[in-house]
Amino acid sequence: MSIYINKNTRVVVQGITGHQASFHTKIALDYGTNIVAGVTPGHGGEIVLGRIPVFNTVQDAVNATGANASVIYVPARFAADSICEAVAANLDLVVCITEHIPVLDMVKVRAFMKGKKTKLIGPNCPGILTVDECRLGLLPTYIHKKGHVGVISRSGTLTYEATYQLTLAGLGQTTCVGLGGDPVKGLDFIEVLEAFNKDPDTYAMVMIGEIGGTAEEDAAKWIKANTKKPVVAFIAGRQAPPGKRMGHAGAIISGGKGTAADKIKALNAAGIEVADTVADIGATMVSVLKKAGLFEKCHTC
Amino acid sequence: MNIHEYQSKQILKWYGINVPNGQPAFSPEEAARIAKDLGTPVAVVKAQIYAGGRGKAGGVKLAHNIDEVKYFASQLLGKRLVTHQTGPEGKVVNRLLIEEGSDIEKEYYLSFVIDRKTAQVVMMGSAEGGMEIEKVAAEMPDRIFTEYIDPATGLMPFQAKKLAYRMGFKKEVLNKAMDLMEKLYTVFVEKDCSLAEINPMVVTKENTVVALDAKLNFDDSALFRHPDIVALRDESEEDPKESAAAKASLSYVNLGGDVACMVNGAGLAMATVDIIKFYGGEPANFLDVGGDSTVEKIAEAFRIMQSDDQVHSIFVNIFGGINKCDVIAGGIVEAAKVVGLKVPVIARLDGTNVEQGRAILAEAKVPQVYMAPHMTDGAKLAVELAAKHKAAGKSGKGA
Repeated sequence: MSIYINKNTRVVVQGITGHQASFHTKIALDYGTNIVAGVTPGHGGEIVLGRIPVFNTVQDAVNATGANASVIYVPARFAADSICEAVAANLDLVVCITEHIPVLDMVKVRAFMKGKKTKLIGPNCPGILTVDECRLGLLPTYIHKKGHVGVISRSGTLTYEATYQLTLAGLGQTTCVGLGGDPVKGLDFIEVLEAFNKDPDTYAMVMIGEIGGTAEEDAAKWIKANTKKPVVAFIAGRQAPPGKRMGHAGAIISGGKGTAADKIKALNAAGIEVADTVADIGATMVSVLKKAGLFEKCHTC
Repeated sequence: MNIHEYQSKQILKWYGINVPNGQPAFSPEEAARIAKDLGTPVAVVKAQIYAGGRGKAGGVKLAHNIDEVKYFASQLLGKRLVTHQTGPEGKVVNRLLIEEGSDIEKEYYLSFVIDRKTAQVVMMGSAEGGMEIEKVAAEMPDRIFTEYIDPATGLMPFQAKKLAYRMGFKKEVLNKAMDLMEKLYTVFVEKDCSLAEINPMVVTKENTVVALDAKLNFDDSALFRHPDIVALRDESEEDPKESAAAKASLSYVNLGGDVACMVNGAGLAMATVDIIKFYGGEPANFLDVGGDSTVEKIAEAFRIMQSDDQVHSIFVNIFGGINKCDVIAGGIVEAAKVVGLKVPVIARLDGTNVEQGRAILAEAKVPQVYMAPHMTDGAKLAVELAAKHKAAGKSGKGA
């Protein structure tokens, strides 16, 4: 089992003829991802990477191939429109990799999505990967091993760092989800934690947060009230000064809100262990699993 | 992106919002001339820096004649102003705003920001004008009123009316206050603001509604469609290293310490700053070189970090995902040749092609480059070597 995507997910790649998209589509195909179509306006009728048909619109791709999930690599000024196109085509899941989409464009996207069934991951995210089954986005494949830990993160490289530490500690994963570093985005911690909580194959979760907003504080409350599965956390940005954007558009302490100290306090208050440094995420998970008597069950690689 | 108060007020004026008459001044003589032209009994001399809290810090003066304007202007220009938002080092005042005084009856607070949770623009108002809104939010949150705005309809008249009544405007100015709210919302969406704040928004004794102070911040991701806003950028207000980094598409924030770091990815870059501090070092910077680093970009990053004597060691922390460690290692070797290494460089490489990357660094035998097998060892070594370098009396520049 896994969450959101698996080997049966039928994937359409929006912006497939771009440099980054074709590079990552090839890696995804080699990983076994069921990519059924690509979309680039004006390139309809072409075949790329030897076997992937390209369409002018997402709806054409859905009609012809039955695609039910998309991954978006189009430039920032067109990406919000691409998300809406995928939502209008009734896909189950849309993953938007693109960085630097204007925030007010995302405000419109979120309003457009109301009442529709599509779930959005991103933008400005590394994507999602279900181990040995399906890869949408940029996640390097070799760091993953099959197992029972779910990973959720607001940062790309920290997702890789945490996952690799888990793998080196013998703790395989079910699915790894990069939420993205923007202030207005799709899925947030609680929705993904909820999905992992329902997944019988996921026994524990790692959540990696950072400064800005209050999603980690909200997640802490949700975890305390709703799940018995162990959760380990890490928060980046303890040393970040207020008012400064730390790389990600969403990583900013404003109006005294969104500090790492507040987040760590809220997580600890909910009984969640927070790794002291980024280098300790794997070791913290090992010790928490041992305490919970789950280490042997999670030791898969 | 930030702009100055006088620039924010100019934009509000274009949209029909009342602001006091005034002009920017760069010298005491110019300040005196502007005050003379205004011809009002009271003129306000306001320091223009990218930080709030100027009034308390002595950056806003009331002048009752032209000589006073000139005196205050000469006092403020060139002065280092320290407010709760500038940090202890403060900011040097290079520009002033000279404007007419207003006859204030009551002060209010009004702002628009993006609310992450609802993914909507939210309008906030309070009758506690002139105070720091953070303080109001912490001490009396029930005095702040909010309206969430549907992007499909924009700010509805009933919402402006609801907020205006809750803020307690008297009936003579109610419509004027609502009108200002609608205009400020238009500014917010048309100019892609991340913050539009009027504090205080004042009702004068003549029953006008005026934006006495104004602060507009803009969404960096939307600047491509606002060349008029980009043109207002004042680079003298920015850290010179941060400006140089921005030009090279590097994400850099100066943190003031002496242990620098160069990292791929914003999250890992933040976490690297944290781990340096955790092991007793003072982080010099946040620096994300991004996922598609070229040799040129890495060389520029080294040049910026070593451009003055702030830094005593550099911790390179790379997790090769799509980035390959051998490419990064090659970049470090090239950078050492092109810009030279003036301080110890500690490199922790992990992930894709890590063996090749480590081999490249080992073979190149660049003096001052140390390999760290693990991130923790790397952070500790960077802190230790920075202390030694500093104790030896070497500066980043001269060594």
